Amino acid sequence: MAFDYEQYLRPGKLPHIWCPGCGHGIVMKGLIRAMDTCGLEKNNTAIVSGIGCASRLPGYVDFNTLHTAHGRAAAFATGIKMAKPEMDVLVVGGDGDGVAIGGNHFIHACRRNIDMTYVLLNNYIYGMTGGQFSPCTPVGAKASTTPYGNPDPTFDIAKLAIGAGATFVARTTAFHATQIDKLIAAGLRHKGMAIIEVLDDCPTAYGRRNKFRSVIDMMKRLKEIAVPIKAAAHMTPEQLEGKVLTGILHQEERPEYCEQYQQVIASAQGD
Amino acid sequence: MSSPKVEIIESYCKGCSICVEFCPTDVFEMDGFLAKVVRPEACTKCMQCELRCPDFAVKVH
Repeated sequence: MAFDYEQYLRPGKLPHIWCPGCGHGIVMKGLIRAMDTCGLEKNNTAIVSGIGCASRLPGYVDFNTLHTAHGRAAAFATGIKMAKPEMDVLVVGGDGDGVAIGGNHFIHACRRNIDMTYVLLNNYIYGMTGGQFSPCTPVGAKASTTPYGNPDPTFDIAKLAIGAGATFVARTTAFHATQIDKLIAAGLRHKGMAIIEVLDDCPTAYGRRNKFRSVIDMMKRLKEIAVPIKAAAHMTPEQLEGKVLTGILHQEERPEYCEQYQQVIASAQGD
Repeated sequence: MSSPKVEIIESYCKGCSICVEFCPTDVFEMDGFLAKVVRPEACTKCMQCELRCPDFAVKVH
């Protein structure tokens, strides 16, 4: 049975701006299904984004949405959650927005373990601004600003998030469409900071500079590099060379920031 | 069981050919820059096309 996406979309907004074959649309569908599964109410949910291709996503969904300054989505989302702790707060952004320009806000939102869900669409590049390399562009890959190949080592976003203190960290790809909504739903149910990294394809800014002949090539690559974390336990380091782990990579219980802050308020009021 | 109805909303389709590639029973073909339903009777309702279409353009009823 066809899923009714229209009930969660703002009327008249489609077709969206993303390029032919861009996986952001697949992730948006997964996000909508996850929010439907978790029964999120439109009036009690805020979706926050910064600047970039992925950050255009909240413009299409019919929830409370906030399109903010480049990289500052996590900071705005923290403000919303602090002011209205009863709201479900989500952040959507790309790799450039999340871990380069907004890297500072990203790690501190993780450190505080504030109850929000951050869906980070990692397409390895700054797509919207003209294909500049990001901290997630693979070594040797070409971007508009690295025409001879990128010399910079990459960020492992999942490890960065775990190291910074996020209590739920998961990773999947745009190829694994059914896993996207399962992991986002698990992140929404988790009390604390949930980071869901979705590896994505950018055929326009990344693919055509890096010898991907078509969108299908990029999708097949995502399929090939992904290894479920349970399967990886039985694999040798040589077999895992060049692969990325998918699934729930880290989950723990730790005090949530808004609850901790309520205790500060109670102490200050002499309770 | 009635045969499934596969619909492509042409104003949304950008011709990325993901549905053409991932349909296991070759229901779709490219027609210029757009995908087209050519063998609706072959559809098994696996929903791969609807799941993977990034443009909300494919619907299986």
